[in-house]
Amino acid sequence: MATATIDAPTRRDFLFIATGAMGVVAAGSILWPLIDQMNPDASTLAAASTEVDIGNIAEGQIVTVKWRGKPVFIRHRTKKEITDSEAVPLSELRDPQTDQSRVQKPEWLVVIGICTHLGCVPIGHEGQYDGWFCPCHGSVYDTSGRIRQGPAPLNLAIPPYKFVSDTKLSIG
Amino acid sequence: MSGSSTYIPKSGLARWFESRLPIIGLIHSSFIVFPTPRNLNYWWTFGGILTFMLVAQIATGVVLVMHYTPEVTLAFASVEHIMRNVNYGWLIRYAHANGASMFFIAVYIHMLRGLYYGSYKAPREVLWIIGVIIYLLMMATGFMGYVLPWGQMSFWGATVITSLFSAIPFVGDTITTWLWGGFAVDNPTLNRFFSLHYLLPFMIAGVVVLHIWALHVPGSNNPAGLDVKTPKDTLPFHPYFTIKDGFGLACFLIFFSWFVFYVPNYLGHADNYIEANPMQTPAHIVPEWYYLPFYAILRSIPSKLGGVIAMFGAILVFAFLPWLDTSRVRSAAYRPVYRFFFWVFVACVLLLGYIGSRPPEGGAVLAGRLLTAYYFIYFLVILPLIGLFETPRELPASIADAVLGKQGAVSTEAVTH
Ligand code: HEM
Ligand code: FES
Repeated sequence: MATATIDAPTRRDFLFIATGAMGVVAAGSILWPLIDQMNPDASTLAAASTEVDIGNIAEGQIVTVKWRGKPVFIRHRTKKEITDSEAVPLSELRDPQTDQSRVQKPEWLVVIGICTHLGCVPIGHEGQYDGWFCPCHGSVYDTSGRIRQGPAPLNLAIPPYKFVSDTKLSIG
Repeated sequence: MSGSSTYIPKSGLARWFESRLPIIGLIHSSFIVFPTPRNLNYWWTFGGILTFMLVAQIATGVVLVMHYTPEVTLAFASVEHIMRNVNYGWLIRYAHANGASMFFIAVYIHMLRGLYYGSYKAPREVLWIIGVIIYLLMMATGFMGYVLPWGQMSFWGATVITSLFSAIPFVGDTITTWLWGGFAVDNPTLNRFFSLHYLLPFMIAGVVVLHIWALHVPGSNNPAGLDVKTPKDTLPFHPYFTIKDGFGLACFLIFFSWFVFYVPNYLGHADNYIEANPMQTPAHIVPEWYYLPFYAILRSIPSKLGGVIAMFGAILVFAFLPWLDTSRVRSAAYRPVYRFFFWVFVACVLLLGYIGSRPPEGGAVLAGRLLTAYYFIYFLVILPLIGLFETPRELPASIADAVLGKQGAVSTEAVTH
């Protein structure tokens, strides 16, 4: 008789588990605000879009603008840079992407200027492909911002942007 | 903490207090009469030196906070203000900045001492692991402190190190954004690093208490690596080791002062006197010298996630040392093969440090890879195997024999025990 009463779940077992579960929910609901306060705040999220006048960026020139605290490279590509980028077979790429899929207008390449390895700012017109070279651990990007050599795993990221007019670009 | 206290309060007031809070008795048994192996050499003074450096960092740090401003447009200027305007500000800042380096020199010597004399072996495994935790907390504290002056190295060091977390599959980017409080290292990052840089040293102090508690259960290891067998093997901590520790500390302070007063910027990096610029990375970025071997390991693996795993693995492997070393003999003095490989390991780490300070080009890359491979082979293959194949030298019968035996059989103490 004694074993039977021990094995069957009792009212007490139920109350014990229900109270424990409520305790876990309470602890979680206190913990979450303490964790989430570290995520980007409303003012950081609000600093969303930047407008850039691209009318005076000469062919071959790279201009760096600040967007969400990060550098964005706007590269006015030459004919040669465009044909070089388009000619690369996908099989040669670590992160395969066609040049066409990385631009809206072939002469304008817009990428986030942050090395996908550990976040340094690569230097333009350097490296074997004359794209970018990262001074931190030696990653090399081509004129489409694609990773070609070194430890970085991915191509330079493309921010959301649109051409407001022929000479105005809006990032974000 | 071992055995019962022999402290007898002399005055009525002391008796009254002791019966309510027996703290004087605790100090008396832990630091006055505590039985300590009589053969400890100067490598054992670094525990005391480390305790001193922790207190020194907290004292100079609290004073710096009275003048420092953790805000991106003001931080760099406030450090210059400390250097130029605050009375003795230059001294306090140089003492704090060089103090961090001295702290790491001392901890590396302390750890190598443990490695050489087998202090991590039973019954001191928990003591050793607590030490590894202290070392990790120190690395986190030093890293966040270096961000505070908000120079170019501060900013780019912070960027590279926090980006390590972006290598974690799936949640990496969410974690880095959470660490930054934004989309790049910025004001929220500086603020939280300041908060944590203030907090962590006090957590270290708490863990140090556990470290000493765990030490006082088995007592100190010693250069012979033998257990204490009779009271003849020991001397009371005071005055024998308070004096020895004090002398060691005084010598260390001369070394420390030489840096503070003669070459205060030798261990730093000139680029950190340029204010942080999020739009431009310096041509060659390096972390503080005490992270260089691990930085070299990070760069030697040609994969982002792999590099991060190897770097953290290189530190965490220390926690498994008690089980990786299969030899029952503690001290390298009696282990000829282990002693040889110990020194090769030391050379390997120093070379890795040198490689970490060089740009990752040409021969440096290959050398870094070979050294990284050796680093892990040492811990995971060589160390377990030596214990199985090595024939140790004959151990002395006791600590007293090991020391007093040298003076010949005439020593009555050695004969009569
Ligand atoms: C484990 C102990 C500590 C270590 C290893 C440490 C390390 C460091 C390092 C490496 C720096 C950069 C120095 C420079 O290049 O300018 C620094 C800066 C700073 N630390 Fe600490 N610190 C410790 C404890 C503390 C504590 C307890 C406080 C505050 C109560 C503090 C407050 C500061 C402040 C305000 C700065 C910025 C001023 C400056 O850069 O000189 N530190 N710390
Ligand atoms: S951050 Fe660019 S190569 Fe490492």
